[in-house]
Amino acid sequence: MDLKWNEFIITGDPLILGAQISILLGSIAAVAALTYFKKWTWLWKEWLTSVDHKKLGIMYILSALLMLFRGGVDGLMMRTQLATPNMEFLDPQHYNEVFSTHGVIMIIFMAMPFLIGLINYIVPLQIGARDVAFPFLNNLSFWTFFVGMALFNISFIIGGSPDAGWTGYTPLATNDFSPGPGQNYYLLGIQIAGIGTLMTGINFFVTILKMRTKGMTLMKMSMFTWTTLITMLIIIFAFPVLTVALAMQTFDRLFGSVLFTLHGDGNPMLWVNLFWVWGHPEVYIVILPAFGIFSEIISTFARKQLFAYKAMVVSIVTISVLSFLVWVHHFFTMGNSAEANSFFSITTMAISIPTGVKIFNWLFTMYRGRITFTTPMLWSLAFIPNFVIGGVTGVMLAMAAADYQYHNTYFLVSHFHYVLISGTVFACFAGLIYWYPKMFGHKMNEKIGKWVFWIFIIGFNVCFFPQYFLGLDGMPRRISTYLPEDGWTGLNFISTVGAFLMGLAFIIFVYNIYYSWRYAPREKTGDAWGLGRNLEWATSSSIPPHYNFAVLPEVTGLDPYWDMKEKGLDQQKNVDYKPIHMPSNSAVPAIMSVLMGFAGFGLVFHWYWMGIVGAIGIFITMIVRSFDYNDGYYISVEEIKETEAKANK
Amino acid sequence: MSQQTKKGHFPWKHIIGFLISIALTLVAFATALWTDWSSSTIFIIILIFAVIQAALQLVMFMHMTEGEDGGLISGNTLFGFFIAIVIIVGTYWLMTSGHMHMGMSM
Repeated sequence: MDLKWNEFIITGDPLILGAQISILLGSIAAVAALTYFKKWTWLWKEWLTSVDHKKLGIMYILSALLMLFRGGVDGLMMRTQLATPNMEFLDPQHYNEVFSTHGVIMIIFMAMPFLIGLINYIVPLQIGARDVAFPFLNNLSFWTFFVGMALFNISFIIGGSPDAGWTGYTPLATNDFSPGPGQNYYLLGIQIAGIGTLMTGINFFVTILKMRTKGMTLMKMSMFTWTTLITMLIIIFAFPVLTVALAMQTFDRLFGSVLFTLHGDGNPMLWVNLFWVWGHPEVYIVILPAFGIFSEIISTFARKQLFAYKAMVVSIVTISVLSFLVWVHHFFTMGNSAEANSFFSITTMAISIPTGVKIFNWLFTMYRGRITFTTPMLWSLAFIPNFVIGGVTGVMLAMAAADYQYHNTYFLVSHFHYVLISGTVFACFAGLIYWYPKMFGHKMNEKIGKWVFWIFIIGFNVCFFPQYFLGLDGMPRRISTYLPEDGWTGLNFISTVGAFLMGLAFIIFVYNIYYSWRYAPREKTGDAWGLGRNLEWATSSSIPPHYNFAVLPEVTGLDPYWDMKEKGLDQQKNVDYKPIHMPSNSAVPAIMSVLMGFAGFGLVFHWYWMGIVGAIGIFITMIVRSFDYNDGYYISVEEIKETEAKANK
Repeated sequence: MSQQTKKGHFPWKHIIGFLISIALTLVAFATALWTDWSSSTIFIIILIFAVIQAALQLVMFMHMTEGEDGGLISGNTLFGFFIAIVIIVGTYWLMTSGHMHMGMSM
């Protein structure tokens, strides 16, 4: 690809120039700070090469918060552009790039890593394990995600961002209509991150099946662990479809095949079809762990066992099957036969039944419970009505005939924001605040947290509720501006106000992280809320020691930690310690993933020599790994005694 | 334990599996060689025999259903087959029905 330097580095846009300068200054500041405080070795040894599921979880969550900021700024830019008619804040090309990256970042680089971060931290603790089944793979998963994310994100300063929507629909995304590197960034960035997600899927599926502590049968697992298990099952079966589809489109764009093109024998609709074969299960990948988080929080703060645990398990298992049977509802208007549309209409309505079952389970869990209104509980309570609004409008969209009216309007935009924000984003906030003391040894300030909650919840509804009516008034999605005569001005302006309220809430949330780090009292015990029910609260100190449990706990029923507290048992005070076998850290995943990023960056610009060098490098790291005979180390009994003595103070 | 109790018994399961496999191969061979059905019919018949034989191998010789994780492995395999069939049949159906079909036949 022949590019002039000023096409390579994006120039001429004040917004992007600002971003470039701030990224440059930010990077210099980070490097300077690390050098000044002599933290490079610490960063490399303690974090970047760590195979500890807890540290990987925290790194996932930090990256996800960064991406929430980036995706949020994209959202605010769009809302600013749409605030009034004929706005000239973003030109149409820039607007297209912004909504494309907003979607990709929020789904693939924010929602998934945030949930995977929480899963990483909590699930091994909840099943009473000391790490995941494949710790090396866990680190590699994080790094491929991180490099994929970085590759995707540099697109807006180097070469230009993808502009064909987060769905990358062909024929728009083919070389004929989207020349330039933008769409290549999309394909390669998601491809590299997707490898990591698939490995996470395998890793946690095996971890949950094989590494549960003594006595924990499948039907004694916590609900978060159950939803994680099913999520991982869906990942294992859905992500290969995305991998293949992305590879096919990459072949079209880089090597001139005609799989999805208009010329030759290409079939653009096949991309749409394959994208949603993955895309719909993906919706459940980001919502099921959220359901698990809400189940944990609601049962904890209602001080009751989860209502109808078995019905809950049956409904999530049903979802795992049904989630693969509904994908066509994303493109009813493509012109399928009436039989096809009817079939997928019915399956779509059917999948709302197990979800409805769960709503009642949460309500009945709270019924006659003694509810404590902490911040995580507030997020969980707000989830129920808001998610129901999103769900009901979803059933409206599920009717194929009616969908011809709603399709591609703001009605749809509002629907999926209602389910994804009140489902996934509320769960991310709730889960992070709920497990914050487990991760950092102190709670987040409750008072500031409640301000965040109320500002966000009001902003969210002010932003997205008017969009239902904009959609019914005929406002199409993905338009960069509109005319005063369209009559959409008032509702659009209200919506923009709401969006900025959510932005404000996010800033206060970040401030709360700082404030709590400075001033919050440090937790003394492992059970920070005093109401913990599952094994993650059974650790001897508030932040679990490196090996999680000095003695692996034994489980006899549901809510094992609650049970132990009632019986007055403290299994961790058993003094008969044995040496603990732990996995060693490894630098291979970081190097391998950076090489993947190097190869990917080369392919984006058709610099094949770079791709080949990167690929050779990846193979060398694989060979290095194959001859790695380091099978971990033992933590001595003395060291365990010392750590536990400190913890029990 | 189960290995020891089985010891000394005649491996009926393996013999039966072996005989059925040979029979299936011969029938498939005969279908291809000595019938005058259309090639697509023959292809479908051979394919069915192949699937049966593959399942036979997994169950009879590779002990897929046995052991601690037998149920799990069988369940996951069946789930995998189900998803594969849904994706392939569904995609084929969608790409050949409705307006798409008219578009493609032009």
